[in-house]
Amino acid sequence: MNRRRSPEPLLWMLFSSGGMVAALMVPILLFLFGVAFPIGLLSTPSHAHLYAVLHNPLTRLVLFGLCALALFHWAHRFRYTLYDGLQLKRYAVPIVILCYGGAVVGSVIAAGLLLTV
Amino acid sequence: MATEITLEVARYRPGVDSEPVMQSYQVPLREHWAILDGLTYVKDHLDGTLSFRWSCRMGICGSCGMTVNGEPQLSCATFLTDYAPGPIRVEPLHNFPVIRDLVVDIDDFMTKLPKVKPWIVREVQSPVEEGEYLQTPEEMDEYQQFSMCINCMLCYSACPVYSLEPHFLGPAAIALAQRYNLDSRDEGADERRDVLSSPEGIWACTFVGECSAVCPKGVDPAGAIQRYKLTAATQSIKELLMPRSLSSRRKG
Repeated sequence: MNRRRSPEPLLWMLFSSGGMVAALMVPILLFLFGVAFPIGLLSTPSHAHLYAVLHNPLTRLVLFGLCALALFHWAHRFRYTLYDGLQLKRYAVPIVILCYGGAVVGSVIAAGLLLTV
Repeated sequence: MATEITLEVARYRPGVDSEPVMQSYQVPLREHWAILDGLTYVKDHLDGTLSFRWSCRMGICGSCGMTVNGEPQLSCATFLTDYAPGPIRVEPLHNFPVIRDLVVDIDDFMTKLPKVKPWIVREVQSPVEEGEYLQTPEEMDEYQQFSMCINCMLCYSACPVYSLEPHFLGPAAIALAQRYNLDSRDEGADERRDVLSSPEGIWACTFVGECSAVCPKGVDPAGAIQRYKLTAATQSIKELLMPRSLSSRRKG
């Protein structure tokens, strides 16, 4: 039997991994940079220190993964919100282009920023 | 406590009503009476023309699903006193065509269900003399909760995706497919995959989770669907990366 080729499994994988990495990492980043450093729970690293951390290829890769996957998570969820929530499925093609295209553009911008800082 | 409670029941009599109308009945408010007992009282004493389905009266047969105050419920397991002082609005299950009064047409589900082969599939049937297909308690735990489904259709009634996409295979059918996929005695997972991983199968589900919230038997269809999404996505990606190894394993 021929299976209908569908990009849905791949898109769902990106969606689900985006949700997982965002749920795991965003609270940590928010806690560090939004709470712990500002109120002095932890000593604030110097600009030079953070700059050095950011220049480690591993940090760049992890931050890029977080940005890109979280964007694809958004794209998939927003696509179905528009389809089902606002019942706009008749505009499926522009919605798909807007959502996943937006995630691709956002990922490219994230990569550019991470490589040029 | 009041001695009576009002049931506002949706009536639809083909040939008489052009659309469903609400009709009120006063029924005794007794402590152990379920909505179904109230409806039976109406049929026996007040209005013999009222139609509704029921059979076991104990949450096993799955016949008496109705919408009670907007929520899909088994009318035999939902008690009048929980809604006192009333009134209680009783309507047919949403998302299904109404045949008459509270009786809905579930042919759509009956057509979809066999497509997922909800039975044990074996490549080669062992002869009866060889005895049972043995299974450990741990292997049974894998699928047992999904085997509790009584096909009551509350999950279809609660599912917003099914209301928008009538082609969606639906929560119970997918959960029942998983009931057999996860059974150690079954070898039919590959045969079920084409139906389950089609756009009308698991990928239509957006994980609203209402199906699991309303299930009267504690089945978690939403969980079954999410779990199968991971299985199907992993298989698709494996096939994409290693097209030969998997296709050679598949039978014609």
